[in-house]
Amino acid sequence: MEAGSLNIILHGVAVLLVLGAAFGLGLALASRKLAVESDPRIDEIEGLLPGANCGGCGYPGCRGLAEAIVAGTAPVTGCPVLKDHAPIAAVMGVESTTAERMVARVRCAGGLKEAAQRFIYIGVEDCAAAQTLGGGAKACTFGCLGLGSCVKACPFGAMTMSDNGLPVVDEAKCTGCGLCVKACPRQIITLWPVAKKVIVLCMNTEKGAAVRPVCKVGCIGCRLCSKNCPAEAILVENNLARIIPERCTNCEVCVEKCPMKTIKGADKQESAVG
Amino acid sequence: MTEYLFIVLSAIFINNFIVARFLGICPFLGVSKQVETATGMGMAVTFVMALASGITYWIQKVLVVLDIEFLRTITFILVIAVLVQFVEMVIKKSSPVLYQALGIYLPLITTNCAVLGVTIINVDENYNFLQSVVNGIGGALGFSLLLILFAGIRERLAFAPLPKAIEGIPIALITAGLISIAFLGFSGFDLAALLGL
Repeated sequence: MEAGSLNIILHGVAVLLVLGAAFGLGLALASRKLAVESDPRIDEIEGLLPGANCGGCGYPGCRGLAEAIVAGTAPVTGCPVLKDHAPIAAVMGVESTTAERMVARVRCAGGLKEAAQRFIYIGVEDCAAAQTLGGGAKACTFGCLGLGSCVKACPFGAMTMSDNGLPVVDEAKCTGCGLCVKACPRQIITLWPVAKKVIVLCMNTEKGAAVRPVCKVGCIGCRLCSKNCPAEAILVENNLARIIPERCTNCEVCVEKCPMKTIKGADKQESAVG
Repeated sequence: MTEYLFIVLSAIFINNFIVARFLGICPFLGVSKQVETATGMGMAVTFVMALASGITYWIQKVLVVLDIEFLRTITFILVIAVLVQFVEMVIKKSSPVLYQALGIYLPLITTNCAVLGVTIINVDENYNFLQSVVNGIGGALGFSLLLILFAGIRERLAFAPLPKAIEGIPIALITAGLISIAFLGFSGFDLAALLGL
């Protein structure tokens, strides 16, 4: 290599080295001189949070939530992703109030096979868009539109679309952040305690005579489930059965009694098959 | 003396960084919702641009002597980044409220192209040390002037009965365009003749 180009390399390295060292030293001194006392608990809690900065808590990243928890404006259970909030509660010196783990459940079983269509929807692959177009293609105006807005909203890859046109939740991956709940224009998805396996897979509040023609697995409001439930955990309002998760004992009597096969235990749901 | 006045006035009005050179648009739109934060941002940018102009003048001298001018951009960015870090520390210490209000836009002064722009323009114009610093201060004052003017208008627009469709960013962009057209009027000024140069 000729001397000129070698000089250029040496000079370049030397200049940047000297500048970098001088500036680094200057900043180090300045940071010591201008240090601001911040609550050490913020750093401690930030270390306990997942660090994915998913924003599921509603704060700008994990640091934002940590600051809010220390400031008292967010609960110690503020992180929806974290499974055990006890360490954070310990840092804050309060009782651990770890909430029950919630997962998303899709309350509709009327896929392409079970539910009738009114027209063929060709348009933007988005449920809210389809909803505005005459209420969507599905004959049942309560059921899943099947265009997967919830699947797109899931930042954890916990949702997929089944061949039958219904979203499937992978409960192992679901963190209960609730983004899919917000994404669904028909409020079909709900957060449900993971331990409660039985759920009514229908949102249709019309009378049985109106439900039967549009969906083979819709709730007709026959009340067989509520009459037979030993724990009195099922209410039928507006022609629709609803399970109260706090009372449900997972006995699955209702699953056997339901004539439309609308109520299912989680293991037999489409979500587990997919 | 009139020479420095010429540099300052042309940097503020005629070659304004935002409306004539289109540099520093990001903070112009980002930190212009309140006059108070806009003023703080303007002061921070003025400080960084003045110091950066002064320091990069000497660094450019060194680079020319060593024949490594191709390292100009990276060394200038290094200087600017260090200055911004320093300003951030000072603001965090002296005014936590302003630190909160400026938020992400404070570290983003590093990537404010107006700052790198002024240092490069200084080199291209062959300014001496004092001229460089004056140009830095003038450019930053022009930037601050526009930022504060714009923030003042946006503060009033926030309470104006606007159609829903143009609330927020759309009306801000329209306003920015109108300000830009207004400043276009200065480009017809023969400043040199006015100052007798």
